[in-house]
Amino acid sequence: METILFYVLAAVTLLSAIFVVFLRRPVHNVLFMILTMIGLATLFILLQAEFLAMVQIIVYAGAVMVLFLFVIMLLNLEEVSLPKEPRPLRWGFGIILSLALVVILFPVFGRFVPSIVGTGQPEGIVGNVSNMELIAKELFTTYLLPFEVASVLLLVAIIGTVVIGRKFTKD
Amino acid sequence: MESAFPVLLVVIKTLIVLGAILTFVAYLTLIERKVLGWIQVRIGPNRVGPWGLLQPLADGAKLLLKEEITVSSANRVVYIAAPLIVVVCALIPFAVIPFAKGLGLESVLGPIASKFNLNTGVVADINLGVLYIFGISSLGVYGVILGGWASNSKYSLLGSIRAAAQMISYELGLSLSVVGVLMLAGSLSLVQIVEAQDSVYKWFVFRQPLGFLLFLIAGSAEIARTPFDLMECENELVAGYQTEYSSMKFGLFYLGEYAHLLFLSSMMTTLFFGGWQGPILPPIVWFLGKTFFFVFVFVWIRGTYPRLRYDRVMQFGWKTLLPVGLFNVMATAFVYTLWLKYVS
Repeated sequence: METILFYVLAAVTLLSAIFVVFLRRPVHNVLFMILTMIGLATLFILLQAEFLAMVQIIVYAGAVMVLFLFVIMLLNLEEVSLPKEPRPLRWGFGIILSLALVVILFPVFGRFVPSIVGTGQPEGIVGNVSNMELIAKELFTTYLLPFEVASVLLLVAIIGTVVIGRKFTKD
Repeated sequence: MESAFPVLLVVIKTLIVLGAILTFVAYLTLIERKVLGWIQVRIGPNRVGPWGLLQPLADGAKLLLKEEITVSSANRVVYIAAPLIVVVCALIPFAVIPFAKGLGLESVLGPIASKFNLNTGVVADINLGVLYIFGISSLGVYGVILGGWASNSKYSLLGSIRAAAQMISYELGLSLSVVGVLMLAGSLSLVQIVEAQDSVYKWFVFRQPLGFLLFLIAGSAEIARTPFDLMECENELVAGYQTEYSSMKFGLFYLGEYAHLLFLSSMMTTLFFGGWQGPILPPIVWFLGKTFFFVFVFVWIRGTYPRLRYDRVMQFGWKTLLPVGLFNVMATAFVYTLWLKYVS
């Protein structure tokens, strides 16, 4: 049951990812990207990482992509304004990059699917507590410093966007 | 067939809950019109059936029989998908709302009832219930945005751009207002949040009054109830994102809107007013009573306040609601930590 689910969801995710790249209208691309994000979230659920799945939906599908859509609708990007002919150089570059990605991912391929096919139950400690407690404990003990650094970075980014977005009026 | 039977039971349970919600949603329209009529010293609908009780059926029939118009330059697939997204995202969060304590099914069904959670008064008790709700409701924005975009009309597009900006802004305030409750309850599961409020003085509205106020404001902005309904504001935008919709597609947007209203009321009941907890009467009666009280409050607000100006809504969301929400979270954490350390 879970294996079938996995393959169906993975197929949906991959197909929509392919559509993101190959469709020509920006709004359609964004829509399929949303579908990709939701597909990823469902895969996280299959891996028993519910918290990650929910965060994936709230942050990426729910907030980031809304902003993408918002900007594309505001600019009213049409198909016409994009380059029509795919250039051979770009194709070559794309193929090389995707091959490089395959090479990097190669060691993982063998192990990825069987972990789903297995018992379907989380192992040991993950099964007993809710995901979120576990993540929270790790974040605030083992990874406290990286966590704080990341939050300071985000704060800097927020202040930066406010400064850039602000209209300076000469008085 | 041993494995199919419990699945069938779960499906039946879901269908019963869904049917109840759809009926309530239909009658919310009547409640809204009646109460608004009462507030404005009118009578309200009273022609169809006694006290206008058959009005929702008549409305439904009317919507179904109306001509289906698709704007010729509309983006067809997206145009049709938009109302569906709205309705689906409005209905599925009800799955995690606990509407009663136990259904007493174990006497009828035996061990199956406890094994498949049939006995709990909630369709799915997942331990990330609140996050699930925020996730799904953040997806609901797409229905509104896409509906406005696909109609290819300036009013619709303006409406959906307003909707996108407003919903994103108030989503933050909404999530922050709930964090206090989550800290005090120590759980994200709505079932456990209700169980933490087992007597009246433990209701979170008394321990999180500011959180409740923020939730009320941000919630009504999130579902676009009247002081905040700038995305469909008739006098500027005709009807915003739904301008070009007709017949049942319009009906679906309408259904989504009232389902949101019902959902927000039941969320308030669950998070701040003890959910199904209450003396003497059965839990389900308490739950419905509290929920419909909040529905009444929302209609009351609609009958009382005029629509706000758009820039003020955005300013309020970012410059007042968000800082106050942050303050509430920090104050709650501070007081609660001290309480745990020195008092209890």
